[in-house]
Amino acid sequence: MIETERLTRCYGTLTAVDELTIRAEPGQVLGLLGPNGAGKSTAMRMIAGFLAPSSGSARVCGHDVSREPLKAKRALGYLPEGAPSYGELTVREFLVFIIRMRGMSSDFGYRRFDEVIGRLQLEDVLEQTIDTLSKGLRRRVGLAQAILHDPPVLMLDEPTDGLDPNQKHTVRQLIDAMARERTILISTHLLEEVHALCNRVVIIAQGKLMADATPAELEARSRYHGAVSFSAPGSAVAQEMLGRLPQAAAIEVDPLDGRITVFPKPGERILEPVEVLLHQQGLEVSEIQLERGRLDEVFRQITTAPATTESRA
Amino acid sequence: MSPVVALMRRELRSFFVTPVAYVFLVIFLVLAGLLTFYSGDFYERGQADLQPFFVMHPWLYLILVPAVSMRMWAEESKGGTLELLLSLPINLVQAMLGKFLAAWLFIGLALLLTFPIWLTVNYLGSPDNGVILAGYLGSWLMAGAFLAIGACLSAVTQSQVVAFILTAVVCVLLLLAGQPEVLDFFQAALPRRLVHAVAHLSMLQHFEAIARGVLDLRDLFYFLFSILAWLGAGVLVLDLKRTP
Repeated sequence: MIETERLTRCYGTLTAVDELTIRAEPGQVLGLLGPNGAGKSTAMRMIAGFLAPSSGSARVCGHDVSREPLKAKRALGYLPEGAPSYGELTVREFLVFIIRMRGMSSDFGYRRFDEVIGRLQLEDVLEQTIDTLSKGLRRRVGLAQAILHDPPVLMLDEPTDGLDPNQKHTVRQLIDAMARERTILISTHLLEEVHALCNRVVIIAQGKLMADATPAELEARSRYHGAVSFSAPGSAVAQEMLGRLPQAAAIEVDPLDGRITVFPKPGERILEPVEVLLHQQGLEVSEIQLERGRLDEVFRQITTAPATTESRA
Repeated sequence: MSPVVALMRRELRSFFVTPVAYVFLVIFLVLAGLLTFYSGDFYERGQADLQPFFVMHPWLYLILVPAVSMRMWAEESKGGTLELLLSLPINLVQAMLGKFLAAWLFIGLALLLTFPIWLTVNYLGSPDNGVILAGYLGSWLMAGAFLAIGACLSAVTQSQVVAFILTAVVCVLLLLAGQPEVLDFFQAALPRRLVHAVAHLSMLQHFEAIARGVLDLRDLFYFLFSILAWLGAGVLVLDLKRTP
């Protein structure tokens, strides 16, 4: 479990994290989302105990990171931004160093070592120095370091940054597999990651909490939520007819591919009337889609709105 | 294994997988030998002792110890590994201790490797080996004090070059504090007592006392206290850097 209460960090006159209160429970993958410079990494550094908060507090598994730092650190696996590691060491030396630093018994340590390098497919590079590894491999070494002691709480700062699509998929599967009995907090600015991984999302901008909701709830805030889009040739007439539908609020045509999107009025369902209308007009529609809502649009809307319009779902 | 020992082992490992250790050892051994024989008149003095060898150590350390200590924290903080290190269950005091001990042991190893000169002097005559042992102890203690200064100043900056220069400057000031030229300078500005205090800060005087074979507790305390004080200051610097 990770809890923060009015966590704040100032750098001079700049408030990097502003009274942030979040809570991640076991079994949850909480996504910390925000534009670059929103304070994601600063917040994580405070939870990891690397930075001291200006005010407020953070707890890992009930241990206050300022008052019981060692207990909190033992419960936490942390992948810092950019996955730093000691480049002059080999992968094996680095992981053995972590085992010793964490005071793991050699029995448990080496069993976990085998498990982790198997899961992250690091067997072939064990004897290579970390400096010679590709970005993706280095990130995996960083992940290995974070999960080596089988912590109940994991905190990963941009875990898939710089990975190719296959590696991203592997890492996401790994996180997914670990999520069941653990608390996982990941930061990201990739919206696809939210869909793929998170069951709860916290959006911050300028250090402030802007939204705390499930991905589906966020999508429901989108203008596109419940809208219907389709492409059909020669639909100029249909367009006019659609505009007269009592349930329709607006119609947009994509200038590039001519795809038509019909937006419903609040609380109205629009798929059925659109289908009926198209059928009546005898229009051939190759494919028609009911939109779930677009996260990128919601994200933009939330993070560019003035900071005073704080909203909580 | 205690995290102090684990960190110490990693630091030592890092010395030896990078060229730092070998460059240091070669330069230290070559210079120590050359200076002893050429500047120190090892043969011409006609005395079976290692005075000319130990007398050169403060000046060797002035260049070489900052080179060992400069990377201690500056490199970690520049490379982002400091964040990783401090997310592990270790507190700042333990981390400082682990790093310092690794570097101090390494310099101890360099000192041990000067054993041929000890063999030579024993072959040529019959020196007082107690005095030589005291010389080695004094030299190692002084290296420790230099290292502690370097550890503290390496925590101040992300730049290894800045750490090197700051350390060398502080070390030279402390070495020369007891010299008449420096004391004359202070005599004009400071009351007598303070001048006296400045003179007692001089590393050179404490080191030379030990190297002559006079094991005065006050000299030992001076070095041990210097080490602890500078390491403590280093921990304070690291702690200040993480608080807003």
